Amino acid sequence: MTAALRFRNLTLGYDRHPAVHHLDGAIAAGALVAVVGPNGAGKSTLFKGIVGVIKPLAGRIERGDPNPQNIAYLPQAAEIDRTFPINVYDMVAMGLWRRAGSFGGIDRAARASIEQAIDAVGLSGFEARAIATLSGGQMQRMLFARLLLQDARVIMLDEPFNAVDAKTSADLFDLVRRWHGERRTVLTAMHDIDFVRANFPETLLLAREPVAWGRTASVLTPENLLAARRMCEAFDQQAELCPDEQVPTLPPSSDVVGAGNRP
Amino acid sequence: MSTVNQIFIAPFSEFEFMRRALAGALALALGACPIGVFLMLRRMSLVGDAMAHAILPGAAVGFLLSGLNLFAMTAGGLIAGFVVALLTGLVARTTELKEDAALATFYLLSLAVGVTIISLKGTNIDLLHVLFGNVLALDDQTLLMIAGNATVTLIVLALIYRPLVIECVDPGFMRAVSRAGGPAHLAFLVLVVLNLVSGFYALGTLLAVGIMMLPAAIGRFWARDITLMIVIATTSGAVSGYAGLLISFHVGVASGPAIILVAGVLYLTSLLFGRVGGLVRQAFPGRHLEA
Repeated sequence: MTAALRFRNLTLGYDRHPAVHHLDGAIAAGALVAVVGPNGAGKSTLFKGIVGVIKPLAGRIERGDPNPQNIAYLPQAAEIDRTFPINVYDMVAMGLWRRAGSFGGIDRAARASIEQAIDAVGLSGFEARAIATLSGGQMQRMLFARLLLQDARVIMLDEPFNAVDAKTSADLFDLVRRWHGERRTVLTAMHDIDFVRANFPETLLLAREPVAWGRTASVLTPENLLAARRMCEAFDQQAELCPDEQVPTLPPSSDVVGAGNRP
Repeated sequence: MSTVNQIFIAPFSEFEFMRRALAGALALALGACPIGVFLMLRRMSLVGDAMAHAILPGAAVGFLLSGLNLFAMTAGGLIAGFVVALLTGLVARTTELKEDAALATFYLLSLAVGVTIISLKGTNIDLLHVLFGNVLALDDQTLLMIAGNATVTLIVLALIYRPLVIECVDPGFMRAVSRAGGPAHLAFLVLVVLNLVSGFYALGTLLAVGIMMLPAAIGRFWARDITLMIVIATTSGAVSGYAGLLISFHVGVASGPAIILVAGVLYLTSLLFGRVGGLVRQAFPGRHLEA
């Protein structure tokens, strides 16, 4: 199996308190993985760790492809200044950064690809609209168009369907399916358990510690979900030092191809 | 026809100092107005003001060491400004202090150091020149420096334009795709200082920021797109320079304040009647559309 990402005893956190604790395993290239867990489970932290916004407290992350340009990341709360005077077209065009960079021209082929991306998310006719005038759902569509152009092999979406209606999430999930079909690796943090059951082949259930990881049906069992819910959210200010040799508490998942296998 | 000529053209065709002043004011608008637009969009409108204070002590030190010497004062101002700009950028990027707090600490320190040095030597009337500038007394050197700064500004801005815009709209995305955001931001802060030094000779440290921020605010009321906003800002900056000089010539008021006052009138007009969010437009939006 070629791994797009491999976690080795990975601990991520803030101020030495772990938010993701002792995560081990690999994500196969081309996998479509849902990352599920209660609020504060470390889903966003894991994504930030993978893109390198925060550094591991312990352990490490190995990328199959070391080029950071090959990971595209849609954060949960994008730091977009929505009052900035820029239109949808220019915003989507940012997705071409890898090809165009600071100085590269946007030629006819590139312009066509921008228009295709805008069309693919159903925003045709919105090209000249200022981003300040977009609704939440339209904003999310625009950001997906930009992801399309980024053309990355690994795509990470942090709760991309929060606060968008059913039509929009269905349209956008079609794009996720398309990426999966193109053998891209897609990690998606999700809250909607039923949606995950219906649409994601593989799931990582996280509650600071990895609770279960593998085939979605075997991960999203009532027992596992209950266990995840019980894990406390608050950092313990008096927490003891974590003994590093502690073994991660993953349930057996060796029956699942390309998931959660220990090094 | 001859009255029109008398009012609008003759002051410049007849007097060399007016031609120099006009050249200086136009060059200033070309460089400072685009910078002002970015300052405004980055919510750093008051940063220019703070930076103007940060420059003053450096220039004063240069002045005290070598008198009214262009190079000494410019070097002093640039050094003080750059040091404050770089330290601010570094602290804001590496610690929990936000840009505004980081800048406030450093410019106040810089100001205190400058005032201390001035108090050692006692005050001087020539320092008034530093405070209020004099666009009507630009010599060759100064004029070349202002034009040079404007040229450098436009070239550097063209080089860092794309990362700078992305860094403003979506800093998270910029960080994810490239490391150009940080250097672009630092280069931008350096441009701010360069243009303040220019403004400092023409308008004085107190009003230098005016030719940056007022045109930028004018642009905000007429454009929804940053490109058009920059064009409008620069045009209104240039118009303010020209009209301000004319008014100052005919009425006999100080030229620096006249330039800023014209910009102020344009600004108030835009505030009232601007196409994008002007007050009258807000009060009487017209009937709503069908879709």
